[in-house]
Amino acid sequence: MPADAAAAAPAPSHLSPDRTTPVTGWGRTAPTAARLIRPRTYEEAAAAVRACGARGGIARGLGRAYGDAAQNAGGAVLDMTGLDRVHAIDADGGTVLCDAGVSLHRLMEVLLPLGWFVPVTPGTRQVTVGGAIAADIHGTNHHVSGSFARHVLSLELLTADGEIRTVVPGTPLFDATAGGMGLTGVILTATVRLLPVETSWMSVDTERARDLDDLLTRLTATDRYYRYSVAWIDLLARGASTGRAVLTRGEHAPLEALERPKPSSTRARGGRFSRRDALSSPLEFRTSRLPAAPAFVPEGLLGRTTASLFNEFWYRRAPDARADELQRISTFFHLLDGVPHWNRIYGRSGFVQYQFVVGYGHEEALRRIVGRISARRCPSFLAVLKRFGEGDPGWLSFPLPGWTLALDIPASLPGLGAFLDGLDGEVAAAAGRVYLAKDARLRPELLAVMYPRLPEFRALRRELDPRGVFVSDLARRLGL
Amino acid sequence: MKDAFGTPQSLLILGGTSDIALATARRLIARRTRTVWLAGRPSPALENAAVHLRGLGAETHTISFDAIDSESHEAILGKVFAEGDIDMVLLAFGVLGDQANDERDPAAAARVAQTNYTGAVSSALVCARALQAQGHGSLVVLSSVAAERARRSNFIYGSSKAGLDTFTQGLGDALHGTGAHVMLVRPGFVRTSMTAGLPESPLATTPEAVATAIELGLRRRSETVWVPGSLRLVMAALRHVPRAVFRRLPL
Repeated sequence: MPADAAAAAPAPSHLSPDRTTPVTGWGRTAPTAARLIRPRTYEEAAAAVRACGARGGIARGLGRAYGDAAQNAGGAVLDMTGLDRVHAIDADGGTVLCDAGVSLHRLMEVLLPLGWFVPVTPGTRQVTVGGAIAADIHGTNHHVSGSFARHVLSLELLTADGEIRTVVPGTPLFDATAGGMGLTGVILTATVRLLPVETSWMSVDTERARDLDDLLTRLTATDRYYRYSVAWIDLLARGASTGRAVLTRGEHAPLEALERPKPSSTRARGGRFSRRDALSSPLEFRTSRLPAAPAFVPEGLLGRTTASLFNEFWYRRAPDARADELQRISTFFHLLDGVPHWNRIYGRSGFVQYQFVVGYGHEEALRRIVGRISARRCPSFLAVLKRFGEGDPGWLSFPLPGWTLALDIPASLPGLGAFLDGLDGEVAAAAGRVYLAKDARLRPELLAVMYPRLPEFRALRRELDPRGVFVSDLARRLGL
Repeated sequence: MKDAFGTPQSLLILGGTSDIALATARRLIARRTRTVWLAGRPSPALENAAVHLRGLGAETHTISFDAIDSESHEAILGKVFAEGDIDMVLLAFGVLGDQANDERDPAAAARVAQTNYTGAVSSALVCARALQAQGHGSLVVLSSVAAERARRSNFIYGSSKAGLDTFTQGLGDALHGTGAHVMLVRPGFVRTSMTAGLPESPLATTPEAVATAIELGLRRRSETVWVPGSLRLVMAALRHVPRAVFRRLPL
């Protein structure tokens, strides 16, 4: 999908040799122009790859990567959302074979009524299956389920020579493609293993943690009892309450949870809801949608004051402890999807999303980083902390066993670049890494430190794609 | 590629000995810039500038470039772009001339115009086409507050900058939507080797301040940057002063 910037009129200039469109990531920073091609068939995709010219091409899904992973300045960008067929669902075995351009939203629409759910979902449903594999996305169930590619049984990859290869787990090409940011080729289809569910409801426990240590203790002690576990953390809180947080943990509600008489402490959120309705169609997938964010928002609207007020409210509105609350899937996983174009609220400079992971045993580094962010007063709204489980086999996959923190910050904040460079230093020293699907600013020197399997990735790319057909702004910026 | 804050990784400076350009390069090297091309007439000053920037950690190259020789621009600059993407071009060359002398020596006056205007037109167009082909990059052009209104004391220089200023505005519009970004910088009186010995104007500034403003402008993807920023208001007012009055102002 073209970014907002694409709405600008194409340049009438006779300098233009070709029609190009400005493209940005979800963070709306660093726009670059590319030829947008929207293949409708695998043959069109193959033809586009063969014809993409000296500046190469890259596949793009729904444009939810925050940085420049799905941009390709001066080259071709293959908008894969035209390839969006669900080919086959094995409703008994629990697998789906679909095109790479199918969104997780679409999969949920199709699969939930059959009693199946996607194995991993990030904070938005608006990502494609191809993008989910290329970024090897994770969800709040990583400590249990690992990341997305771990549930992929096979995929079809259009490589630089125009061939379509079937790639299965356990092979070098699979491990380079899972998390490979689209640089090994264009993913055309995938077979994904699904998760059985009885209802489209979540049974949710909520509790508050008064500071960072309290939070880490609670997460460490109880994470294993929940399939989904995440903490919203108030990074503007200072002093004794530095790192205070709201923990939200959940499990797919079993059918009997809807039948259970409503205890007085239980409330249901996420739209008008009666237990009778829920029982009559327990697998109904319903989402809510608020008005879209306006196209133009003045810079600096979201400053420290707004963020502080919001964080205070968000912390206070959460109960000290509440168990077994029923929530819709969209409310539990995808709160921000309810506001279309929410990325516009940061104004024309856009925002950067900073997500890093540091391994277990490096809690001191995590404490230092949280302390620095809190002391720096970064106006961050939805900062999220969670625990990762086992690392994933993808060579450039982000997760490793440890703590991951994600926060978004307006790019217009003075001195932000240098500040984040400082945090990168802490992360790298603690053998951690930042997430490439969200990056827009990492120092290239640190990449090999953070991703030790980078040399293998580069070697495989050199062999598979000697002409460098697949390239993105991210790849150019970091020398992937 | 530029990062989220608009900071370039590779920089081409046209006018490689310019104080403002070198202050800008130092600032950008402290952030992300790793490759710097210094274009200028071969001189010890150009080599020294390269050595200095190398010492700060950038890979630095010098190329022989003569602003007046418009015919050569395509070939010389084309070679630089053939080596790899340039994320930012800083067009910083220019001469002040000697107003009193140049009024008596029309050929010398024409050289000021050729350097500041025609040389800039040809080199900027070469760079603009290359930036457009690569689909990204900033062309930053140093204009001057003198471009805004003719002053008795420096109208030869001022008129050449006025031409450059107007050209750059148009080029910015032509490149809108192509991925390339054009930014016009209008500094006031800057204390540099070019202005050494001249009486200082009010709101005088430094090369470092211009560099800071350029970095901020890159982050905001600004189209016009005044240095200091207050000059925008001052000039908005001065533009409307009647000529009979303007003539008598001590500017």
